[in-house]
Amino acid sequence: MSNAHPIPFRAILRHVLLIAGAAVMLAPFIWMISTASKPQTEIFSSELHLIPYRFALAENLREAFAKANLLRFLLNGIIVTVSIFVLQVMVALPAAYALAKLRFFGRETLFALVLFGILIPPQATAVPVFLLLHKAGLLDSYAALVLPFTISVFGIFLMRQFFKTVPDDLVDAARMDGISEFGIVWRVMLPAAIPAVTAFGIFSVVAHWNDYFWPLIVLNSEHLRTPPLAVAHFRNSEAGTSYGPLMAAAMVIIAPLVIAFLFAQRRFIEGITLTGIK
Amino acid sequence: MAQIELSAIRKSFDGNDVLKGIDFRIADGEFISLVGPSGCGKSTLLRIIAGLEPQNSGEVHIDGRPVDGIRPSARNLAMVFQSYALYPHLSTFDNIAVPLRMRRLSAIERLPLLGALLPGRRAKERHIRADIEGIAEQLDIAPLLRRKPGQLSGGQRQRVAVGRAMVREPLAFLFDEPLSNLDAKLRVHMRAELAELHRRLKATFVYVTHDQAEAMTMSSRIAVMMGGELIQAGTPAEIYHEPGDIRVAEFIGSPKINVLPGRIRKDGGVDVPGTALKLTCNAAAGDCRIGVRPERIELGTGPFSGTVIHLENLGAEAFVHLAVEGTGSRLIARLADVRHLPAMASSVAFGFAPDAVRLFDPAGKRIELRLEQAERIREPAHV
Repeated sequence: MSNAHPIPFRAILRHVLLIAGAAVMLAPFIWMISTASKPQTEIFSSELHLIPYRFALAENLREAFAKANLLRFLLNGIIVTVSIFVLQVMVALPAAYALAKLRFFGRETLFALVLFGILIPPQATAVPVFLLLHKAGLLDSYAALVLPFTISVFGIFLMRQFFKTVPDDLVDAARMDGISEFGIVWRVMLPAAIPAVTAFGIFSVVAHWNDYFWPLIVLNSEHLRTPPLAVAHFRNSEAGTSYGPLMAAAMVIIAPLVIAFLFAQRRFIEGITLTGIK
Repeated sequence: MAQIELSAIRKSFDGNDVLKGIDFRIADGEFISLVGPSGCGKSTLLRIIAGLEPQNSGEVHIDGRPVDGIRPSARNLAMVFQSYALYPHLSTFDNIAVPLRMRRLSAIERLPLLGALLPGRRAKERHIRADIEGIAEQLDIAPLLRRKPGQLSGGQRQRVAVGRAMVREPLAFLFDEPLSNLDAKLRVHMRAELAELHRRLKATFVYVTHDQAEAMTMSSRIAVMMGGELIQAGTPAEIYHEPGDIRVAEFIGSPKINVLPGRIRKDGGVDVPGTALKLTCNAAAGDCRIGVRPERIELGTGPFSGTVIHLENLGAEAFVHLAVEGTGSRLIARLADVRHLPAMASSVAFGFAPDAVRLFDPAGKRIELRLEQAERIREPAHV
């Protein structure tokens, strides 16, 4: 009889814990949406309520777009993240192919160096890279935002691991068919590796869209600012911190990421299921 | 159509000699099987012919032209791989089209969007389409042209891989264990289909397999490789009936050839322990090994006796495993008539005709025999 309602205690506990974790993760996000929807008076009121008495999202958005050139900053974000990702793929795929499929002297040493490169935090190289860009006269430009990230050792590592799983026969068949080595990278390996490239794309785009540290130190001009800098701008503006528009702006700059992620996630899962079915 | 000539091919990986000097000539239009146990270097040899692997020394000539250092595609050979190696993101049609597009279209014409605008491209694509449809018709894969490899069965993928090889009209076809991923029934079917394809195309086929049944049934000649060396080449019948080396004798034929320990007397006569055979040879006195195929063992009569330790009845034929009395060795006899099988654990007399014997020296090399015409095998001396 006791088995009539087989909802074990452990399953309930598991879900309670998971829901609690999700709530902690989502709380700031929900608070952001809530604040972005409140008028200034409600934001500073002492009582705590999530749903505003008067919806002011449109006002806040209007003010956010009026105060700062948000569209321009979004565009900057897109230019920078897309350039970084494209260049990373252009470097990482041939490098990963060579490390995974070609036999040459010193391959294992090179791969060990790649692994070693993953261990180095970007902050450690920030000063030398900054000086390098200064000497090259590239500070305060798109190039300063993009160039330091074009070689992603993580990307090389990830793609190399994936290429290892592509059968050698496929590469040999391509060679018999007359496809050049670079052709094999782009016409055979890339299509086979779409799920891995998508996964890498999520990491790369999220990391560089949200990057605050590097743009902050290499940029001066307002028109080059990336989205996180733009949000910070609201806080520092002479008129005092206006939280409503700030949160509205934060929502706007997060939106593309969320949308892109939802799209990529679908492709991502598709890729995984495609390789799973046989 | 091409002849392929290999001279003194050597290859080593990390100091391991994989090929130890292979000399071999493949005639125009031949169906050659390279057989041997795994690790004997047969696939490496095929890859050297294809140009996928450079040899350490030696030369490959195709139609009298040295091809060493020439890229795989420029050798104009086609290869079918064990895993079929179809491009998973392309349809069957596009898979077969790849070698044609690579050869007939220029680099600019191959560009995804721009290429389609160029004037010559459409006419060339029309030719490619016609060629592929012709091939698809021949191989019976026309309805599959729009499917992706993931949606095809093993046998269909196999055909597509053959189609991709055929469409370029190569000088020779190279097959690397193409049937080993198929189930047993389909394998037998594809065997017939490949042999039929060879008869129709009259092209040179080089076929690598570890399955001696495939080699025996399809090829015009078999080359047996062991430990990086080519031991013997000949027609399937020659390889089966006149093996030059005990390793060849043991590798070809299922069940394996029976090997009994023997001795060569000073006068050239040959003894199985306790029994003299009606044979003489010119070899020096000493130990030797006597090979007899299972189907040449005659049960019921003969100077030897053994105990039945295992029976395998396959319906059309049966294999009787015997422990030979006096020697401790085991052998297998093939019975064509399954209705009269000896009982398990019973003692059976058996013998074999002198001309069924293949004699090998302790190193495994074949020893030529002379038959003594006059009498049959003598009765055992001690009985």
